[in-house]
Amino acid sequence: MIPILGADPLFRDGIDGTVVLIVIVKTIIVFTVLLVAVMFYVWFMRKVIADMQNRIGPQRAGPFGVLQTLADGIKLFFKEQSSPECADPPVFRLAPYLAIIPAFMAFAIVPIGGLVPVAGRQTYLQLADPGVGVLWLLMMSGIGLYGVMLAGWASGSKYPLLGSVRASAQLLSYEAALGLAVVGVLVHSGSLSTRTIVDQQAWTGIGSIVSQWYWLPAIGAFVIFCISAIAETNHPPFDLVEAEQELVGGFHTEYTGIRFAIFFLAEFMNVITMSAIAVTLFLGGPAGPALGFLAADSWVNVWVMPVFWFTVKLLVLLYATVWIRATLPRLRYDQLMALGWKYLIELAFLWAMISGVVVVGAREGWNRWVTVPAAVAGAGIVLAVLWACLPRRGEPVEEIR
Amino acid sequence: MTEFYRSYLAVAVLILAAIGMVGFMLGLGRLIRPVRAQEQKYIPYEAGSDPTGTFGQSNVRYYVFALLFVIFDVEAVFIFPWAVNLESLGWFGLVEMTIFVVVLTLGLVYAWRKGVLRWA
Repeated sequence: MIPILGADPLFRDGIDGTVVLIVIVKTIIVFTVLLVAVMFYVWFMRKVIADMQNRIGPQRAGPFGVLQTLADGIKLFFKEQSSPECADPPVFRLAPYLAIIPAFMAFAIVPIGGLVPVAGRQTYLQLADPGVGVLWLLMMSGIGLYGVMLAGWASGSKYPLLGSVRASAQLLSYEAALGLAVVGVLVHSGSLSTRTIVDQQAWTGIGSIVSQWYWLPAIGAFVIFCISAIAETNHPPFDLVEAEQELVGGFHTEYTGIRFAIFFLAEFMNVITMSAIAVTLFLGGPAGPALGFLAADSWVNVWVMPVFWFTVKLLVLLYATVWIRATLPRLRYDQLMALGWKYLIELAFLWAMISGVVVVGAREGWNRWVTVPAAVAGAGIVLAVLWACLPRRGEPVEEIR
Repeated sequence: MTEFYRSYLAVAVLILAAIGMVGFMLGLGRLIRPVRAQEQKYIPYEAGSDPTGTFGQSNVRYYVFALLFVIFDVEAVFIFPWAVNLESLGWFGLVEMTIFVVVLTLGLVYAWRKGVLRWA
């Protein structure tokens, strides 16, 4: 077995009934947790934004309004469905599936905890660790794009079509930057497997926050990843796909009832997944201090603490997304495209090359205090040359028509 | 079946579970929701007025961006294996990838100078 793939020890000795049962139980748990997490996140978002705007926010359904999302979901179940007369019915019905199934699937590669013993087997608290590893995320967000695109096209209506064309261009642009940001971590990890990436960021004391976790050696990639992830999930300030003032509801204007709910579920699920992937790649995933007064192999330290630290980091990032949503106004479309193509992609390329120089330099034993400034200087020269090549402001360019 | 394929068992279970879950939600909705057909309900939404014409037009620039994206998507095919194996490729791999990236960036600069990235 190639070690870089870091496969789950559960599958080492072949597949029997117990293994299949463990996999099914893990799947059901992850599904439930994900759905409850979406419910909680929507409530959390509404509450935090309400606080920031001096409002009370949801408070009627359940304690502190926690059950508000559930109530909304149940209401949508009872709503009539309609599809416009110009719609393409099979594609119109297919689109919600294409939007939500990848949203579920993408979460499978997130390591939630460490190695745990279950029914005499060892397994990771992670649904799947496929060989493609973190590329799985890019695959799934690529398929999710079809859900958005086909939903808008199949509606046979103008606003959804405009919304979906916008969505496709936006998601494509930021997918390129997202992939290049992931490269910034891969050059350090040397592996695609999320499990291996997390293991390399293991907790060895408080210093491991700066010495082990990848957010510092890949700080540029971290920033680019966060910006592109927010754009990739259509989260404000990049929610041009459903800009109410311009496009009514964007691609899901013609969707009603439960199908509409499914698009929203997928969107919020993607926010949670992207935050979880950011935790995995840059913030050490489940790494964190264990409780010292308990034995290292007590169930609290094996089961609870990794999940606890993962959840804490996830909540910090989710709070950041809500904070951004409440603070920043929406970008204009040309600003959005300019940010993606003129800045993020170039910077992500430069960052990947700088990290490449650092990694190769460390391997060849070059002096770090020489290679890093040299790499940054080289990047600066490239930027200057690029700058000199570009059209000046106001300079007429050959228009494409 | 090698260990490589076995680790996709979880993926297969997950796909089935996801399809089942969405099918269940839509199926349940179908059972409990009312259907009261009315002709006006199925007119495409156009801000309240009667729809005019068929599909709208969209800007040709979206198409150009899709073409540009293809360049960067193909680049991903090369840059991901490079990043994972960088330690063993070393210095040689670094120089090679730099040349590749420079050529790619030249393409982007060309598009930029042609005004493809200008939106208004």
